Amino acid sequence: MVQLRLPRNSRVLTGKTWPKPEGASNIRKFKIYRWSPEDNDNPRVDTYFVDLDTCGPMILDALIKIKSEIDPTLTFRRSCREGICGSCAMNIDGINTLACIYGLDEVKGDVNIYPLPHMPVIKDLIPDLTNFYAQHASIMPWLETKTNTPAQEWKQSIEDRKKLDGLYECVMCASCSTSCPSYWWNSDRYLGPAALLHAYRWIIDSRDQATGERLDDLDDPFKLYRCHTIMNCAKTCPKGLNPALAIAEVKKLMVEKTN
Amino acid sequence: MANGDRGNRPLSPHLTIYRPQLTSITSILIRITGNAIILSVMLIVWWLFAAATSLQYFEVADAVINSWFGKLVLISSLWAVWYHLLGGVRHLIWDRAIGLDLKTAEYLGWSVIIGSFVFTILTIAVLW
Repeated sequence: MVQLRLPRNSRVLTGKTWPKPEGASNIRKFKIYRWSPEDNDNPRVDTYFVDLDTCGPMILDALIKIKSEIDPTLTFRRSCREGICGSCAMNIDGINTLACIYGLDEVKGDVNIYPLPHMPVIKDLIPDLTNFYAQHASIMPWLETKTNTPAQEWKQSIEDRKKLDGLYECVMCASCSTSCPSYWWNSDRYLGPAALLHAYRWIIDSRDQATGERLDDLDDPFKLYRCHTIMNCAKTCPKGLNPALAIAEVKKLMVEKTN
Repeated sequence: MANGDRGNRPLSPHLTIYRPQLTSITSILIRITGNAIILSVMLIVWWLFAAATSLQYFEVADAVINSWFGKLVLISSLWAVWYHLLGGVRHLIWDRAIGLDLKTAEYLGWSVIIGSFVFTILTIAVLW
């Protein structure tokens, strides 16, 4: 349901301003969303100052520097630091992306960092992705077959394999789904761009034998058709994928199925 | 689906912190113009209704329609009709699963915006 205002307990307050590093000349201001279940208070935005002369080039470098040198309580997910694990997805400078592959030089002015939008917050920049993962699981993200397993492997032609390009690269970081206004208002019933991109990835896999069932499962006013082609998903995807296109392809197959 | 609501967890900010995109603005404008057109159609129906009722009533309604405010509403509505129509055409193209790469999608977005103003001016020029 559309609820434009944040719930009372979620409205963001002004937080603490942490001291500037001494003797630094190249300073960047960071405004970062903070909330801890131990605070018994509303979320707040803390202000930090980072000396860029002693900092790596990426947003994640700055976050790690803040955590190690200024405020060890700052909490965020990170792992691979090269855009393949999808852990450090967050809202940076108004768009969702991966902190590890987003450069400090790509942001003009102060760096505003929030958790992925319209998600329950576990702590600071860590959203609860339980529902997001459950939606992914619901589209059966695996090869479904009915015929006997071949002696060696499920073979695929080079052309058929090419159809998976632009789909298999998804790292499930949730940037796209949490950028989608439709997903904000209907994440309980709309599957969102990430899950639907994965659904399409299996629908067009030449080896998969459950295409009809997959389409039947998505034939629902909410699961698929809450996509209104707003395209925030494609615009924000840190891997340069296009969930909007994948969803349009699914809708097209749906029409062909019923004809 | 799994319930993500555990205790008193806050909801992270969304509309207020997400940077507006060309594609998202052109999308919401379709909805806004669609609803605005319904209201202006009601205004025109009221004008016709007045014309069918009595001369005195029509003179009142006609004065409202021909006031600067009435003209502003009608010209804005004309733009809204064009915007909504062109936006609808863009959706028809997208429904073929074409024009969805970012570059074309944004090009189509600008086409809808610029086209809506051009067609509004042309319509006024023809009808005036």
